[in-house]
Amino acid sequence: MADIAIAPRAKPQLREATAWDQLRHNRNWLGFWFMLPAMGFLIFFLAYPLGLGIWLSFTDTRIGRVGHFIATENYEWLWDDSIFWLSVFNTLLYTFVASALKFAIGLYLALLLNENMPFKAMLRAMVLIPFIVPTVLSALAFWWIFDSQFSIISWSLKHLGLISQNINFLGDTTWARICVIFANIWRGVPFVAITLLAGLQTVSPSLYEAATLDGASSWQRFRYITYPLLTPIIAVVMTFSVLFTFTDFQLIWAMTRGGPVNATHLMATLSYQRAIIAGQLGEGAAISSAMIPFLLAAIMISWFGLQRRKWQQGESND
Amino acid sequence: MSSVQIRDVRKSFGNFEVLHGVSIPIEDGQFVVLVGPSGCGKSTLLRMLAGLENITSGTISIGDRVVNNVQPKERDIAMVFQNYALYPHMTVGENMGFSLKLRNASSDEINKRVKRAAEILALSPLLERYPRQLSGGQRQRVAMGRAIVRDPQVFLFDEPLSNLDAKLRVAMRTEIKELHQRLKTTTVYVTHDQIEAMTMADKIVVMHDGIVEQMGTPLELYDKPENQFVAGFIGSPAMNFLKGHVRTNGVATFEGPNGVKLPLRTAPAASDGRPVVFGVRPEHFTIADDGAEAEIVVVEPTGSETQVFAKLGGEQVVAVFRERHQFNPGDKVRLKPDPSVIHLFDEATGKRLNT
Repeated sequence: MADIAIAPRAKPQLREATAWDQLRHNRNWLGFWFMLPAMGFLIFFLAYPLGLGIWLSFTDTRIGRVGHFIATENYEWLWDDSIFWLSVFNTLLYTFVASALKFAIGLYLALLLNENMPFKAMLRAMVLIPFIVPTVLSALAFWWIFDSQFSIISWSLKHLGLISQNINFLGDTTWARICVIFANIWRGVPFVAITLLAGLQTVSPSLYEAATLDGASSWQRFRYITYPLLTPIIAVVMTFSVLFTFTDFQLIWAMTRGGPVNATHLMATLSYQRAIIAGQLGEGAAISSAMIPFLLAAIMISWFGLQRRKWQQGESND
Repeated sequence: MSSVQIRDVRKSFGNFEVLHGVSIPIEDGQFVVLVGPSGCGKSTLLRMLAGLENITSGTISIGDRVVNNVQPKERDIAMVFQNYALYPHMTVGENMGFSLKLRNASSDEINKRVKRAAEILALSPLLERYPRQLSGGQRQRVAMGRAIVRDPQVFLFDEPLSNLDAKLRVAMRTEIKELHQRLKTTTVYVTHDQIEAMTMADKIVVMHDGIVEQMGTPLELYDKPENQFVAGFIGSPAMNFLKGHVRTNGVATFEGPNGVKLPLRTAPAASDGRPVVFGVRPEHFTIADDGAEAEIVVVEPTGSETQVFAKLGGEQVVAVFRERHQFNPGDKVRLKPDPSVIHLFDEATGKRLNT
């Protein structure tokens, strides 16, 4: 480091900063350059397809034929389409029942796994299994489990003498709905359980000890300590869970393709069927776009749920 | 208010015993401090008293009732935790009233008692705030408020001041002591800081490796430590120890390392040639012509007193003088311990030998 003081350099010439210099060195522009790749990615892969989808929903485009602008005709058509309304009902039922049960079971599992018990690490790993199996593979497995002829459930019940005939799991409208909801719950519980478990572990054990000394029963400890402290993470996990469930496609398509008699058609599967299978791109896009208000509503609810609560604000110097 | 009796209490985690038969009598209204280095079992004992850990053997009674199998909430105790354990989603008022709410007290009753506790602790303007919005000292007071509101038989404190900065710690120490003088509730206080123990306690229990080394009033422990551990643990700067032998032919003397000879007032019986540890507190050194020669290493003036580190017979010792000597590192001085207040311990067992 002795050679810092070398011969004095020639004094740089002073000149006016050009617009190009400013683009290169101004801090605000610099920020813009750094954002550009991410922005480009989002615009090209998210905003553009979304915009295109909404545009398509206002045209009569079919596969192989450029469409014309027909204003809201697709939507008017859907308004009178009972199958569309059935799919809306199915989607809401599917989302509501599956999310509620995923929350209940996930929370229960998280509380259970948060206790000290033998083989805790192994049990935690096991809970994650449904989450890591590719959806289509698990859907195919359920397809077999619920098969009308080869169902292991029917087989077992028959051998136990509880039923005399195979249950037509995926052929009966009520059974089919129960089956797809069951499969969705099986697949979605690990996400809820593990996320809530992570939330539970941030609660200091001394709070429970303090509450115990204050005279709280285990239910009161859950009601007054665990639950309120967990609400922020519940809001996040349930938003994601609702969004994923509402837009579910893979499970349904692999198990029932929307049948029987459209009883398990969700908006996503109906959109696919109309747009890709039947080639009515405009109408399919209209069905997809009709999901947007529902999703926005779900996001808004969580947005207000996620607002930092009063007790989380202020100094964080602990 | 109640007395507390801890009788031959043992605690094991699996095969590992952490408390080896501890007995501590605590009188009604007493302020007892359990002090010891970390890992000595003091916090475990406190948690057993609270009911957060179960008792392997022995008994703990509060008042006349053996509480070994009594649920924590039935024990009528309140505890202040090291990290305060305030409920982050409740206001100060809600935190303090939580235990009453669980007891289904009327809201009038809760308000009245929270208000009274808040007045005692000067928390009244903060009742609507959340713990996050409070400073460390305020949180500490809320934690105490939560205990006071319940008006329990016994207060338990688990190192309540260790998360505070030095200045606040001194202030809170006084506040806790004042609170105890006002409420006169039996208090068990755990700390590893012997200054806290000395300043606050009616009775100090020094613990080490799961046993009670000694209990007594602060000054008893300071003046007559029963063993070398207590002698070294209580007092700051710590007591100086020199290894050597007792000589009783003619005048009783202590013969230390490298020929250091220090006078003894009396020698313990039949102790000629016995290997002992000679203990002297830093403030019991004087400069005298008949002292032992020492070489000064470091001088640390604090204003009110001066700490002098010196080599005495090759061993480092520390002496504290209130008068202002002119010392420089390298100077030779003659240090003389006051023979009436020195301590002799058996080298093998560490037990006190002189009376």
